[in-house]
Amino acid sequence: MRQYNKEVIYGIYGDEEDLLQAVRNAKNKHLEIMDVFSPFPVHGMDQALGLSESRLHYAGFVYGMIGTLTAFLGMSWIFTRDWPIIFGGKPHWPVPAFIPITFELTVLFAAWGMTITFYTICGLWPGVSNPQLDLRTTDDKFCIAFDKAEVSESDAKSFFNETGAEEVNSKSI
Amino acid sequence: MAGGIVAPVRRPLVEGHKTYHQITEDLCSPTERTPTRAWVIAFIAAVSLLAYGLFCICWTIWMGTGTWNLNRTIGWGYDITNFVWWIGIGHAGTLISAILMLFRQRWRTGVNRAAEAMTIFAVICAALFPLIHVGRIWVVFYFFPYPNTRGALWPNFNSPLLWDVFAISTYFSVSLLFWYTGLVPDFATIRNRATGLRKRIYNSLSFGWTGSAKHWQRWEALSLVLAGLSTPLVLSVHTIVSFDFATSVIPGWHTTIFPPYFVAGAIFSGFAMVQTLMIMTRKILKLEEYITLEHIESMNKVILVTGTIVGVAYLTELFIAWYSGYVYEQFAFFNRAMGVYWWAYFGMMACNVLSPQIFWVKRFRRSVLITFIMSIFVNIGMWFERFVIIATTLARDYLPSSWSYYYPSWVEIGIFAGTIGLFFTLYMIFTRVAPVVAIAEVKHILKVGGDQYIGKNATHKASSHTHSETDIIHEH
Repeated sequence: MRQYNKEVIYGIYGDEEDLLQAVRNAKNKHLEIMDVFSPFPVHGMDQALGLSESRLHYAGFVYGMIGTLTAFLGMSWIFTRDWPIIFGGKPHWPVPAFIPITFELTVLFAAWGMTITFYTICGLWPGVSNPQLDLRTTDDKFCIAFDKAEVSESDAKSFFNETGAEEVNSKSI
Repeated sequence: MAGGIVAPVRRPLVEGHKTYHQITEDLCSPTERTPTRAWVIAFIAAVSLLAYGLFCICWTIWMGTGTWNLNRTIGWGYDITNFVWWIGIGHAGTLISAILMLFRQRWRTGVNRAAEAMTIFAVICAALFPLIHVGRIWVVFYFFPYPNTRGALWPNFNSPLLWDVFAISTYFSVSLLFWYTGLVPDFATIRNRATGLRKRIYNSLSFGWTGSAKHWQRWEALSLVLAGLSTPLVLSVHTIVSFDFATSVIPGWHTTIFPPYFVAGAIFSGFAMVQTLMIMTRKILKLEEYITLEHIESMNKVILVTGTIVGVAYLTELFIAWYSGYVYEQFAFFNRAMGVYWWAYFGMMACNVLSPQIFWVKRFRRSVLITFIMSIFVNIGMWFERFVIIATTLARDYLPSSWSYYYPSWVEIGIFAGTIGLFFTLYMIFTRVAPVVAIAEVKHILKVGGDQYIGKNATHKASSHTHSETDIIHEH
């Protein structure tokens, strides 16, 4: 189990619209939210939390270009420099014939590169056990967590009371 | 997608007034129960078929491809027919999850998980055939270009058969990534309900997923780009499979219509196989409230459209053969319809072109029994299509003295039966270890697709203040 050495206070909500309102409320009050957990992606959460847009697709573009170049330059080098063979009297550098493999390798590199990057930056991998505040957040509950070092316990409790949290708990992770 | 405006014509996609917790219960419980007797019997049957197929594969490898009824005239028979058939079936899953995701079709959430699983298993079955067909399976790695000691001998990058190697391996691995990334949050849901060893296994499978907001944001970004990458990929795979034929100089194969015609046929057969599996799955696992008549009807519409495209392609081929004025081409098509294999052509036309036309009638589109029977017809019809294209064309080539007739040997039939066993074995294991319907995605659409929010039995008014449809699209 990963250790963060944090004292966390968290509130449980029963509906994503209450959660979203609560997150907006916390932003207005300048309460620093540590994390929000939900059983499915809640739309509008990114804006409410002020998360910057994921840059994963830029990484995907770079991986894709690496795939394109690997395939195209690789085939070109093999057919013109390393071992030129005449197939049926066709030219040594048949660019149209390279398109399918170049396309496939672009997709292959982009997909694998992005997926591996995704799991790495999220800290998700087989054998990893990330601490969970409440097991029900993968079922039907939604959770807002504050780090007690950032937000005082009394502020957090009154916030959860105001925004209609069903439960308030503390945990060290 | 909390709230959101739903067009009044939309009907509910999740029935039974489900709560989030009820969705978790319904979709996780099939993996938590002991298997029923019916499952065990069906599993034993599938494994037996697989075992017989493995025996026939070993027999082929030991004795050589001479155990097949291929000959000098007919070099491609059952093997390539089955390969193309399976790879076609393997098109529905990624089409549903990728293309329908880009088009924001919410009904995909009920069927995408199982359809993607089916795709992966079908591609495994398909890939077996070229591997065996090369004869010397132990040197099959020669397919791949890598620096080697054979005088640095490289594969021929001009060859569509090599493009196929790249297309199918890319398709398989990207589909696997897409499917598994969707499964990770659902495995976490199962993990959090489990105890002991089961919890540890699912923790490993779920990669330690917690459902943090930043992770969900990246997860959605990844899913969207994978969908964008997979969309041209799906279309490219069967296009390249069609190049195997279209770039040859065989009359009947050498046609520019092949790529779109093959892709439409692949979607057609893929959806038929999804229907076959879904109708059985929803019945056995009692998922009728998640895989509803709405889903079945939507897929039947796809079957009707693609079946009709395939029909137009058949007729276009006949017209162009006549219009070309080229006698060999004309003979090839005359021979397909009226030659020794007329029965295969008739079966193809009846199953693929005529029978799907009953789906113009709404009552038939929404009938489970008729859909099931039709899906079997389409599966058979699409198998005939590949057989017609491959065997009948080769049986009557340029030289009448080498004309021949092809029928499969017991080994070839055994391998085909074995792949059906493999397919069902994998699918049945899948229904035991993973949620057959994507839990997180169904919860995600509940408030715009649940029957308590929309449709005539709605008890809650869908809240429209949070987001409009256009906002949802612009968020991506």
